[in-house]
Amino acid sequence: MQRQGEFGMKSFKSLALLGLATVSSMGSMTATAAEDLTVYSYRQAFLVEPILEKFTQDTGINVNVVFAKDGIAERIAREGRLSPADVVLTSDFSRLMELVEKDLVVDVNSDTLNNNIPEQYRSPENDWYALTMRVRNVYSSKDRVGKLDLSYEDLASEEYRGKICTRSFKHPYNIALVASMIAHHGEAETKTWLEGVKANLARKPQGNDRAQVKAVKEGLCDIAIGNSYYFGKMMSDPKQKSWAEAVYINFPNQQNRGSHINVSGMALAKFAPNKDNAIKLMEFLSSDVAQKSYAEVNMEYPVKADVKPSEMVASWGDFKADSLPIFKLAENHQAAVKLLDEVKFDL
Amino acid sequence: MILGLTRSWSLAGYAIAVILILPLFALLVQATFPDEAVFSHLIDTVLPTYISNSLLLMLQVCLGSLVIAVPAAWLVARCDFPARRYFQWALLLPLAMPAYIVAYVYTDMLDYAGPVQRMLRQVFGWTSPQDYYFPDIRTLTGAAIMLSLVLFPYIYLLARTAFMEQSSSLLHASRIMGCSPWQSFWRLGLPMARPALAVGMALVAMETAADFATVSYFAVPTLTTAVYDTWLGYGSLSAAAKLSAIMLLVIFAMVGFERFARRKQELFQKQSRLTESDRYHLKGVKAWVSFSYCSLLIVLAFLLPFMVLAGYAIDYFDESWNSRFWQYSFNSLYIAAVVSFICVVLALLMMFIRRVSPRKSDILPSRLSSTGYAIPGTVLAIGVLVPLTYLDFAINDVYDYFDARGPGLLFTGSVFALIFAFCVRFVAISIGSIENSYKRISPSLDMASITMGQKPRQLLWRVHLPLLRKGIFAGALLVFIESMKELPAALLLRPIGFENLATHVFQFVSDEQLEHGALAAIVIVIVGLIPLIYLNRSLEQES
Repeated sequence: MQRQGEFGMKSFKSLALLGLATVSSMGSMTATAAEDLTVYSYRQAFLVEPILEKFTQDTGINVNVVFAKDGIAERIAREGRLSPADVVLTSDFSRLMELVEKDLVVDVNSDTLNNNIPEQYRSPENDWYALTMRVRNVYSSKDRVGKLDLSYEDLASEEYRGKICTRSFKHPYNIALVASMIAHHGEAETKTWLEGVKANLARKPQGNDRAQVKAVKEGLCDIAIGNSYYFGKMMSDPKQKSWAEAVYINFPNQQNRGSHINVSGMALAKFAPNKDNAIKLMEFLSSDVAQKSYAEVNMEYPVKADVKPSEMVASWGDFKADSLPIFKLAENHQAAVKLLDEVKFDL
Repeated sequence: MILGLTRSWSLAGYAIAVILILPLFALLVQATFPDEAVFSHLIDTVLPTYISNSLLLMLQVCLGSLVIAVPAAWLVARCDFPARRYFQWALLLPLAMPAYIVAYVYTDMLDYAGPVQRMLRQVFGWTSPQDYYFPDIRTLTGAAIMLSLVLFPYIYLLARTAFMEQSSSLLHASRIMGCSPWQSFWRLGLPMARPALAVGMALVAMETAADFATVSYFAVPTLTTAVYDTWLGYGSLSAAAKLSAIMLLVIFAMVGFERFARRKQELFQKQSRLTESDRYHLKGVKAWVSFSYCSLLIVLAFLLPFMVLAGYAIDYFDESWNSRFWQYSFNSLYIAAVVSFICVVLALLMMFIRRVSPRKSDILPSRLSSTGYAIPGTVLAIGVLVPLTYLDFAINDVYDYFDARGPGLLFTGSVFALIFAFCVRFVAISIGSIENSYKRISPSLDMASITMGQKPRQLLWRVHLPLLRKGIFAGALLVFIESMKELPAALLLRPIGFENLATHVFQFVSDEQLEHGALAAIVIVIVGLIPLIYLNRSLEQES
């Protein structure tokens, strides 16, 4: 029965043995030292890792950082008192607020933090802190549109029919923008605005912020919505430089309330196993060294007053920022999501 | 069938089944919990679109795969033309391609900025999108085409077998009565293959329902992406569970349909099979058309995407070839190895009990456990997390009671959750494979063994195991591949900080820079090719 080269009993048994060995080694896969810090981060690895390495060098405290694009709040909520998370880093404000709303964070009493981070960029209850700021900019084609002095409201005007590109409006960056519109104009008017913007789209919302600028460069649309730092990041990427060079970066609403600002931030997890070290890390992130790194590596506006933005970011010029308190965005977050479903913005 | 199996064996079978269907049960329980009006909001707004998108997508993919697969299967099974022998296995190659990778490659090519449209603009002098019409690939139909390209081999494989197994006497009769090859196909071949096609379409529909990455990349919202968004976006597990329940309803209806079709199939498979001389020998134009059709399919669904991927991988090799790549590869292989081992052991136990148990009801454990295959990864993730979280807390509560420091998140915080979910989803594959092997072992061997005083354990170890090893190996291999490819469950259940090849590749796909993850994608595809080599060998033996 057994032919040459066929799968024999001997090799079968050795395979089975190998399998057994693999299964029994399962337990050893995930082990970390108890005193190490665990950071759950929505922010990307390339940005956070160099800063955390510096922290480890300075203090000798090891940091395990784990990244996820979605679901960190959900995970911490599920893990409850057993959660290993010490510090949470978010890439936008709504996720910071989600943590607060779900009662997953706890207040920090640190003079260092309160000195480093201006009052409007931290929670009155000390349970969250902003680390960096960015503008939700409007990019316009150099060839076909030129430099614009427009408002977010203008994006719904007929003038731009079929000319706008954006990522999904369900993305936190856009939800925050919608929330700010609700804060300024109320739900009914914002809904009309959303319908107008939707009618102006050149294509169904897709891709990320950079992909929209690329689409402008390719001529698919004339106007793109995107965060400020992406402009700087594209400028320093050999492949994407030509995309950024095809557009102007515009700061909307300079004639009235100012441009919409979003922040990235941090919070201390409610059941953080190593609270003392976690606070040390938070203080470090608000320090000159870390703030400068955020500014240089990710082209964002540091929250610490005496840390200057990078040379390139500074070259985009001064601008007026919307003075709407950040917590107002949180109040309107849920309403924004519902409006987006109602007008089926992404569909 | 044979006496002598104690109750404890049966109980073991039931225990396995209960553990494996626990997620399904947990999901349904979770769906009954209140969800703070999230679900009713979804019903009022976007849910109808999600449902119609899901159904439309399944319909289009089923029809698309059918239209692609049936001619290819007919040609390979019933005709003879140049390179037919190669096509019979090469047409399976697309199975190794994850749909989202094919989707990414084609989007890159067919987008406004891609080479195809750029060339058209140059040739015709167009300057803006308003100057001409070009179909948008990032649509529901675009997703359906992409999925059809990689899923059609399921229908092809089943249809090909069905065509080959159709009785030669019927075919001869049709020829004598003057049927042309076309008439023979429409009147005889196709109608008789209907049950096989139904099974194939049910499989394709299930795979379509489970797809997360392609539709998410194309921004086509379906029930699968809705479950993900509702869970992580709205933060409502219960609303997500309700959506999942709707989805399962649709899927189980399809599974029922498939079972029904398969039962009918048994009626006509016991006749003389076709021989080589029964093939239509195609010549001239017909031969070339057939050859071109099959080649085109393979080029579009496999070769072209593979070449593009290889190109990316070479361009970005220095950047991708690092310790992380090795870590992710190791994670993927490790998880796949563990899962296939566990699946095979569980399947073997259940099938053994079913074979030798005197109780008819002992077929139940393997049947129940097989339902896991129909549960999409996104949905399964919820079903797995709910009971495991509960268990984690229960264990720590016990420690707390004795004032001891608990072990933390033993199950949900480790790869255990991931492995458990994969086992639930893929044990059906190993069950099917071992079931088939068992059919070829004569019951008289069991009787002889019992007569000679062997205990059930010895019967399994010394008689069945050696005879089943091919089926066991095939089952393990298929589970291994599926575990390498499975994305949504891995995405949702991985312990925080854990990446494998699939999650690593998808992260780059969703960031629109697959180039950086191309090397990892190539590994997934190449590992996926291994069972095809194996399958090829058994196809060769067949003919």
